[in-house]
Amino acid sequence: MAQASLPIEPEPRPGSSARARPGWLGRLGVGTSVGDGAFRVTTALVAATVVLALIAIFAELARASSLSLEAFGLDFITSQNWDPVRDEFGALPFIYGTLVSSLIALLLAVPVGIGTAIFLSELAPEWIAKPLGFLVELLAAVPSVVYGLWGIFFLAPVLREHVQPFLASTLGILPIFQGPHLGFGMLAGGIILAIMILPTISSVSREVLRAVPGIYREGALALGATHWEAIRTAVLPHARSGLVGGVILGLGRALGETMAITMVIGNRPEIDLSWFAPSYTMASVIANEFTEATGDLYLAALAEIGLLLLVVSVALNVVARLLVWRVGRLPSGARV
Amino acid sequence: MTAIASSINAFRGVASSVPDATRPVETAAQSRLEVASKKIEVEKLHAFFGTAEVLKGIDLPIYSTKVTAIIGPSGCGKSTFVRCINRMHEVTRNARTTGRVLLDGRDIYARNVDAVTVRRRVGMVFQKPNPFPTMNIRDNVLAGLRLNGLSTRDGETIVEQSLSRVALWDEVKDNLGRSGASLSGGQQQRLCIARCLALEPEVILMDEPCSALDPIATARVEALINELRERYTIVIVTHNMQQAARVADFTAFFYMGELVEHDQTKVIFTRPGNQRTEDYITGRFG
Ligand SMILES: Nc1ncnc2c1ncn2[C@@H]1O[C@H](COP(=O)(O)OP(=O)(O)O)[C@@H](O)[C@H]1O
Ligand SMILES: [Mg+2]
Repeated sequence: MAQASLPIEPEPRPGSSARARPGWLGRLGVGTSVGDGAFRVTTALVAATVVLALIAIFAELARASSLSLEAFGLDFITSQNWDPVRDEFGALPFIYGTLVSSLIALLLAVPVGIGTAIFLSELAPEWIAKPLGFLVELLAAVPSVVYGLWGIFFLAPVLREHVQPFLASTLGILPIFQGPHLGFGMLAGGIILAIMILPTISSVSREVLRAVPGIYREGALALGATHWEAIRTAVLPHARSGLVGGVILGLGRALGETMAITMVIGNRPEIDLSWFAPSYTMASVIANEFTEATGDLYLAALAEIGLLLLVVSVALNVVARLLVWRVGRLPSGARV
Repeated sequence: MTAIASSINAFRGVASSVPDATRPVETAAQSRLEVASKKIEVEKLHAFFGTAEVLKGIDLPIYSTKVTAIIGPSGCGKSTFVRCINRMHEVTRNARTTGRVLLDGRDIYARNVDAVTVRRRVGMVFQKPNPFPTMNIRDNVLAGLRLNGLSTRDGETIVEQSLSRVALWDEVKDNLGRSGASLSGGQQQRLCIARCLALEPEVILMDEPCSALDPIATARVEALINELRERYTIVIVTHNMQQAARVADFTAFFYMGELVEHDQTKVIFTRPGNQRTEDYITGRFG
């Protein structure tokens, strides 16, 4: 009888279930060969430079705004009065404009962005997921000023002629949908921001969903869950903190966005409940007025707005990264 | 490749001293155990990942309220085979099957059969314990009922019964609100079996359920299988020969996507009809 010697089979790839999903998440493991030593020192130095730069920017902004900090103290963020002629500076209208336009952006971009991510990572066949994912990421590559132009020539007129009359006639009892239809204003700014943060939210969400171990999805399916039920019960709860992280990263981008929103928001430092009314954001006022700012106090006030923006953005980013990073580290099931 | 395939056929030829040459394996097993009825009949099952054929025409009966062990070297298609029995194979991208799998005589791959109902009747326990980490122990047990829109009005009873059957009740009854992921590996795997039992399946598929467990936890799961065999039809994949010998009534030996031999476990382990089976169980390869 022929006794063919039998090759020992290599360990098979685990099923799709446990397939390692490489991604930018958790790929920070560093090799340990001797040659890596120099490389590691170099990169550490570069990284240290980045941190130093951040601290330097912070210190410089604090120094530049000292005049304003001394003159107004806390009033700076509670006063609505922005009057460079009389040297009176209150940042509340800009804070309001930034927060509300970002809120509108989140209201629009979160459902669309997370929905897209679920579709791309869980439902779409590969031949749709690849090109569509690419298109969404391409949105991030469009220069801000191009969005601004699109806002001026397309979005604002459409809002003025169609969307705002429609909103006023259907939801007009809400104060946010009252007032003259100008096109340019808070709503236009929020929509532009939504489009700009969509790729951030959807690509981070996609990474997060992919990082959820397949064994939970399969566990649900094997219990008789439909595809959607498996996503809802086994994937989304596991991914929740990471999804929140993605949203916060998007929010960070919305808060800091300058060019496009400056072109469509109307740039009027007033607090108006209506989303149809023009508004102004922190980033916009710095960009618009810094070159023309006459007087030390005026400059210091603009610098203080910059300082506020920096603190908020850095804080949000840190929180967001922590949340995203946590997803890959949740208890993974087997503990022997 | 062809050399190995043809040598397998040569072995088959030797084995077919039994009259029916087309299905020698099944006939041999059947003749020794007429009493058992077939819960599942796998017919000409082929499974593919994309263009790669990983199961090459499997014919295998699975007897009612018996334990059938699937053994064979890594990568021979054991996991793929059990995943075809509850239609989990098709969950993987580009994965497909041909052939028939009859459950109580009805093909689960027939056009009008819903994979979801198949999976309710044919439960599955995975290699790596996978209780839902965001759910507590109670909700893990009831997850299957909820997913299938079944009433959980008797939830507390179902939880107690299911956990008692896997001998986990006494260990966790005071901590039902704790996360399933807080348990030890062996407890997690028994929780997964309880989760499966709560749905009252007819068949339970276990894909190397003990490979992530220590010897004591393994012994407990094996004891559990011994109790479950009274009511359930069980298919267990294992790379542990002793485990197959301990728990299984029947054993099927797979090699490179083909079924080499299927018979009563004691026959497989004492006088295998095939040289390749003997090489494998005596540890000469794999
Ligand atoms: N998701 C997958 N995609 C492609 N090939 C796979 C996949 N999962 C398993 N395979 C291949 O299918 C064959 C059978 O795998 P599997 O059924 O997991 O074997 P076993 O459980 O016996 O170790 C192996 O050659 C393996 O490499
Ligand atoms: Mg396997």
